[in-house]
Amino acid sequence: MAEMRIAGTQDAKHDGPRPIRNASRFGWIGVLKKNRKAQVGFIIFMGFILVAVLAPEIARYSPSNTNFPPLEPPSAQHWFGTTGLGQDVYSQFIWGTRSSLIVGFGATLISTLLAVAVGMYPAYWGGWLDRVMATFTNIFLVIPGLPLMIVAAAYVHHSNTLTMMAIIGLTGWAGRARVLRSQTLSLARREFVWAARLTGASDWRVLVHEILPNMLSLFMASLLYGILGAILAEAGLEFLGLGNLSGVSWGSLLYWANNGGAVLDGAWWWLLPGGLGIAVFGTSLALMNFGLDEVTNPRLRQMSMVSRDRLMRAWRALKGESSL
Amino acid sequence: MRYIVDRLGFLFISAWAAVTINFILPRLMPGNPALLMVSRYQGSLSPRALQAIKLEFGVTSQSLITQYGHYLSNLLHGNLGISLTYYPVPVSQIIASSLPWTLGLAGTATIIAAVLGTMIGIWAAWRRSHWDDTLLTTSTTFTGAIPHQFLGLLLLFGLGYGLHWFPVAHAYTSSMTPSWSLPFMETVAYHAFLPAITIVVPGLGGWLLHMRNNMIQTLGDDYIVFARAKGVSPRNLMFRHAARNALLPSVTNFAMAVGFVVGGVVLVEEIFSYPGVGYQLFTAVSNEDYPLMQGLFLIISLSVLVVNFLVDLLYAWLDPRVRREGET
Repeated sequence: MAEMRIAGTQDAKHDGPRPIRNASRFGWIGVLKKNRKAQVGFIIFMGFILVAVLAPEIARYSPSNTNFPPLEPPSAQHWFGTTGLGQDVYSQFIWGTRSSLIVGFGATLISTLLAVAVGMYPAYWGGWLDRVMATFTNIFLVIPGLPLMIVAAAYVHHSNTLTMMAIIGLTGWAGRARVLRSQTLSLARREFVWAARLTGASDWRVLVHEILPNMLSLFMASLLYGILGAILAEAGLEFLGLGNLSGVSWGSLLYWANNGGAVLDGAWWWLLPGGLGIAVFGTSLALMNFGLDEVTNPRLRQMSMVSRDRLMRAWRALKGESSL
Repeated sequence: MRYIVDRLGFLFISAWAAVTINFILPRLMPGNPALLMVSRYQGSLSPRALQAIKLEFGVTSQSLITQYGHYLSNLLHGNLGISLTYYPVPVSQIIASSLPWTLGLAGTATIIAAVLGTMIGIWAAWRRSHWDDTLLTTSTTFTGAIPHQFLGLLLLFGLGYGLHWFPVAHAYTSSMTPSWSLPFMETVAYHAFLPAITIVVPGLGGWLLHMRNNMIQTLGDDYIVFARAKGVSPRNLMFRHAARNALLPSVTNFAMAVGFVVGGVVLVEEIFSYPGVGYQLFTAVSNEDYPLMQGLFLIISLSVLVVNFLVDLLYAWLDPRVRREGET
């Protein structure tokens, strides 16, 4: 689902010469040092992490406390106003950040393990196992994700954090499995991999120490949009009333705002925090991915085009001179 | 030919997978969820309908294989069961009346997003590293992360209830009877405007960035350098040389885009009470109407699968290499 959301240049990364050890040169830290977009993204990302970790300290009230006057616009007592039930929106947002991130990360962990198991490992092995798994992946890729999750969540009835993670993680791995697979395929037949295998390294060792480092940027990108996809999926499920409605998350904030008539009552303060939380956090992930892309894909780097222009100009000038 | 057979085979396998998921999911869940549903609707259904539902969801002593056989044969006869919410209306009838709305809305929105996003992508690639490229890519990064339901609610809030520019619910003015007449088409377009925008805006960024990055990739190719060198005009270079080739990978993007749009449609239809399959899916889920839910999931999946198949054919038609690859 989220593949569409973030710059999808995975195709572009596959072809063209790439230095075998570029992962060490353009590691995560390297990207942060070089790229403004990635820096901005990272700072926002860490801000959200901080909010999630410090939720008990910075939330001013209990998110479920309904003792406040309902539908109050933002004020000194209630920075983000109050809900129709008289809860403090700010505290709900802070606690919601924590649970949304937990579900997002947990689901991504599950889907990443699946993507590695279904995409990377069989691709490394090759043969019939890879063909079967590739077909399996492609099938899951075309079956629409959110409807599938909705159906699964409807059968589960009252979802809690764990079932939400499981539903999202178990259904949202296919796109990333395919990306990992195609990259693993192109790496698995390289000389350095053969060399490692011939020295007697175990398969997992080759995968983790030889192949993975060479596709680290791709792997990171897939992680980033995995997290975004998971958070969007969670918000979607919550919005349809399929989430953990006794808990508070960005998605359930939107659900209650919608069902509590925030739109009719003009309670914009109730509507904004949940949606903006998702959008801004998602943007931070996208920015990091963008930076990653620009640093690891040489053709996307800003300098190359400029220098090409310069080259062209020089060449034109040369041509002009010779014709004179 | 070989390629078409290949894709057709995949269409059938994936359709079979969707069908089987539908069958297995309720049976996989701990404590058959259908039991709850059966007890809930016990009083309001005829004993025969109740029995049919029990069979359909595995509340029976029959073996799984027999159940699966029954299920498949029912499907092949177009029998999707009876909706509990709209009892005794058959599920297939609800699907038939809601699917056109969704196809219209989702189809139009996808095409608008694809064309618009791709055009802006070409522009952004051409103006690369200038202020407008930076502005476009950064702002669509943000719009791409906006959840559909949030954008939908904002539009409803601002342009619907706030300024009264657009209707806040339904697909057409209720005083009119559906027809192919111009006034009716106008009210349909008017009602579909906000839902369509809600689907288009978050999807735009994907198309834009995809096209932009493909364009940049292509602009670095030698034949572009050569074309530039021989003095091809910028407009010609941009559209006839670069964009044509960069467009091809965007076609494969359709597969993902459609799945993404479908997810958005479900949420958007709920917000705008738009009478499509997404809205019905929401109704089914909130009423624990499993027969309706299963039928809708099936039809949504099959629609996506067929669209993917058609895109595959289009791709082969556009790119002869794909066809040849299939033959060797």
